[in-house]
Amino acid sequence: MTKALVSVPKAAKRGDIVDIRAMIAHPMETGYRMGANGVAIPRRIITRFVCTYGGGEVFAADFSPAVSANPFVSFSLRAAESGPVGFAWTDDQGETVTASAEIAVS
Amino acid sequence: MRAQAAPRVVVIGGGFAGASAARAIKAEDPRIAMALVEPSPHYTACPLSNAVIAGVRSMEAQHFGYARIEAEGIVHVPQRAVRIEPEQRRVVLADEVRLSYDRLVVAPGIDLRFDAIPGYDAAAAELMPHAWKAGEQTLLLRRQLEAMDDGGLVVIAVPANPFRCPPGPYERASLIAHYLKTHKPRSKILILDRKDAFSKQRLFEAGWAALYPGMIEWIGQSFGGGVTEVDATTRTLRTEFGEHRAAVANIIPPQRAGAIATLAGVADATGWCPVDPVTFESLLVPNVHVIGDAAIGGAMPKSAFTANAQAKVCASAVIALLRGEPPGEPTLINTCYSLLAPDYGISIAGVYRPKDGLLAEVEGAGGTSALDAPMAVRTEEAAYGEAWFETITLEAFG
Repeated sequence: MTKALVSVPKAAKRGDIVDIRAMIAHPMETGYRMGANGVAIPRRIITRFVCTYGGGEVFAADFSPAVSANPFVSFSLRAAESGPVGFAWTDDQGETVTASAEIAVS
Repeated sequence: MRAQAAPRVVVIGGGFAGASAARAIKAEDPRIAMALVEPSPHYTACPLSNAVIAGVRSMEAQHFGYARIEAEGIVHVPQRAVRIEPEQRRVVLADEVRLSYDRLVVAPGIDLRFDAIPGYDAAAAELMPHAWKAGEQTLLLRRQLEAMDDGGLVVIAVPANPFRCPPGPYERASLIAHYLKTHKPRSKILILDRKDAFSKQRLFEAGWAALYPGMIEWIGQSFGGGVTEVDATTRTLRTEFGEHRAAVANIIPPQRAGAIATLAGVADATGWCPVDPVTFESLLVPNVHVIGDAAIGGAMPKSAFTANAQAKVCASAVIALLRGEPPGEPTLINTCYSLLAPDYGISIAGVYRPKDGLLAEVEGAGGTSALDAPMAVRTEEAAYGEAWFETITLEAFG
């Protein structure tokens, strides 16, 4: 089960600095752990997180195995125009999960 | 007052830790002049107070006086301690009277931190009770549940570790569910948690599925369980990813050692009191011992059982140190019973020993109730929990 949670203010004034939060449920398995049977548990991590807004990329991060399970990201954004704020997490198998939330800018 | 032959020990705090310590010291060496500084005329016990909230136990059953302690020759000083003078070895009381000690035991329990969650201060607690110190707050939460309409949402906010009684919030959710199931069956309970896992989690979750299907929802920290702000007038709880309007909101805020611990200089920047795990002597102020919920230093959970166990170890250490003898290496035990319904109990037990300056859990000792135990065992454990309460209160208050 994949579950992503995002927090984007519903409304803001143009030029406001707003807080954005995003979390994805993910094991972030490092690849360094051994299972009960002595076999290494294969690595499976999110490698890339991207936030898009106003037609462009406004925030991105590369994740490493040291990042915890269920990674949580918080950052600021300048409200410029009404529209969707998009989020995308890509793991090292190439699988991408997306989420989106609307912000109304007046 | 000079040249007293008998050593003097003062205990601050008349809860499970302090009362147990005073009695244990006096029992082990009746010559010691013992004073118990506690402003309240009686103690209101927290264990089983969730049953009061659920309406299946009377508040009077939680009250314990100090008369029997006094009958044993311990002086109950009905005053608040305001500070200590460690060089002179004196406790200063609210009326400026000073009590001299050879050894001091500080056992103030917890204070709730009204600076930790924006919007949650002492005034907000009158609208969104914490009920994490038994007493008027317990009854307030009870009254709010009684007044709530069927179909209401009860929200319980739980802090990160460490805090008093780690399984307590989940026992509370269970017993509130028991009340709602029998009286307001369309209601729901939401637990917003600052942690991603909790004490006896699998046992609680299995019990909830069996007893209260669909009634209790738990949201851990990663999934937006951390409450970042509350609005008491609208009973709104904001989290990192949304907000919840409650019909009844029970906010259990982060905690710290009781105020006198900070005033006495035995609490560190965390708000808790680091101690030597052999003697429970403060690592910050000599000749002062700290026990119970206020103390920190290892794996022991903050419980009445722990408080009583630490009190007995501390009592022996205090007497040994007064006699100039080396204190013994202790082994401590904790057990916590939790009720999921009045006749459904579960437990967790642990054994602890000093290791590398901390109290470490002994591997392979202790454990929890079996996940697949039959109902008869759950009913027995509920009775064991009740019997434990009788025993522990007898030990602490006589």
